[in-house]
Amino acid sequence: MEWPGRSAAGQGFCACHVCGLVSRLEQDDLAARCPRCNTRLHFRRPDSLHRCWAFLIAAYILYIPANLMIMMETGTLISYRKDTILSGVIHLWHNGNPGIAVIVFIASILVPLFKLVVLTLLLVSVRRGSTWGIKHRILLYRIVELVGRWSMLDIFVVTLLAALVQIQSFATVRAGSGAIAFGAVVVLTMFAAMEFDPRLMWDPLRKEREL
Amino acid sequence: MPEPHKTLIACHECDLLLREIPLPQGKAACCCCCGATLYRNLPDSINRSLALTVAAAILYLIANSFPILGINLQGNGNAVTLLQAVHDLWNQDMPLVSSLTFITAILVPALELCLMLYLLLPLYRGHLLPGTSQVMRLLQTIKPWGMVEVFMLGILVSLVKLVQDFKIIPGVALWSFGGLTLLLAALASSFNPRDVWMHLDIKQRREGL
Repeated sequence: MEWPGRSAAGQGFCACHVCGLVSRLEQDDLAARCPRCNTRLHFRRPDSLHRCWAFLIAAYILYIPANLMIMMETGTLISYRKDTILSGVIHLWHNGNPGIAVIVFIASILVPLFKLVVLTLLLVSVRRGSTWGIKHRILLYRIVELVGRWSMLDIFVVTLLAALVQIQSFATVRAGSGAIAFGAVVVLTMFAAMEFDPRLMWDPLRKEREL
Repeated sequence: MPEPHKTLIACHECDLLLREIPLPQGKAACCCCCGATLYRNLPDSINRSLALTVAAAILYLIANSFPILGINLQGNGNAVTLLQAVHDLWNQDMPLVSSLTFITAILVPALELCLMLYLLLPLYRGHLLPGTSQVMRLLQTIKPWGMVEVFMLGILVSLVKLVQDFKIIPGVALWSFGGLTLLLAALASSFNPRDVWMHLDIKQRREGL
């Protein structure tokens, strides 16, 4: 694919990320503010890659306890279960509704893993200045932005069940510490995706053309 | 000092510099390089958004004042509102998880609706209150953290998990959350931030003269 025109940054223009107003900006003007809404202007998100890596690495680390530790403890008169995310999904598949099990599997296991892998791929490709498969990479970026929030599903389910199922000694549900790690993974990957500046993916293509 | 340009826009995803063109009603402009949606021309945006915001605010109050679900097991029962659920989880030594639910399902949606009212009520009469650009910036920052639709799915999944062992009593808030999800989706697709910025431009020009 070829870059079809001129980029704002290449022409010394900068679009405000809040109101969208395009202004002409000196290359080294770090304190510049948008004339319309007074937001600080920058050609590219400052330290986008470093911050994105930082959030991503933290998310990778917490991804392990999030999947190994107990998410939810369920106790009734006749049984007592401790469930991680995966064992909860398997239990739901066998003893409940397979359709709902698939939804929980997608939201709690596939989506976080997909986000981690895709963000790593995007970061590595930007670092290498790659122009390969840009159309596919921008699509992956949009999917990550779109689906990230749905991982919060399990946190809401745990909150509701732990509060609701408190019937003396007959039935109790408690949230496990896995829920803390899992919530942190969701929040950290959302921050990582917000820090990533998609315009960085197009810069190598633009430079090829403008040389 | 940065010098504003009136007719140019830049794609927020690929930074392609483009000239803005007027759009027919209901159409959207897409970037010719990466395909991102640049801007939309939404019919009657302010009136519709205001109506939807007021309706959503009413449903929000109902959804947060009544129990979502009740369960019953051989005569022993329990029912919780969303705030009670957050409070109970806090008392079970889960302050982090409980805060996360509080922020994403209670605080951010409420803040979003209040800020929208602050913008849209005066705009309905053609005015703008001070701090409009700060409000717009705050709205943009908190937007990803309002998760009413995910919470709605959470209620449904909990319902399926509970239905084998307990007798379920659906609460008023269950239906209100369903309605709120729909209204917020409609609001997101009818509100056009460009209308607000256009009014701000006019106001600034008038004050500059």
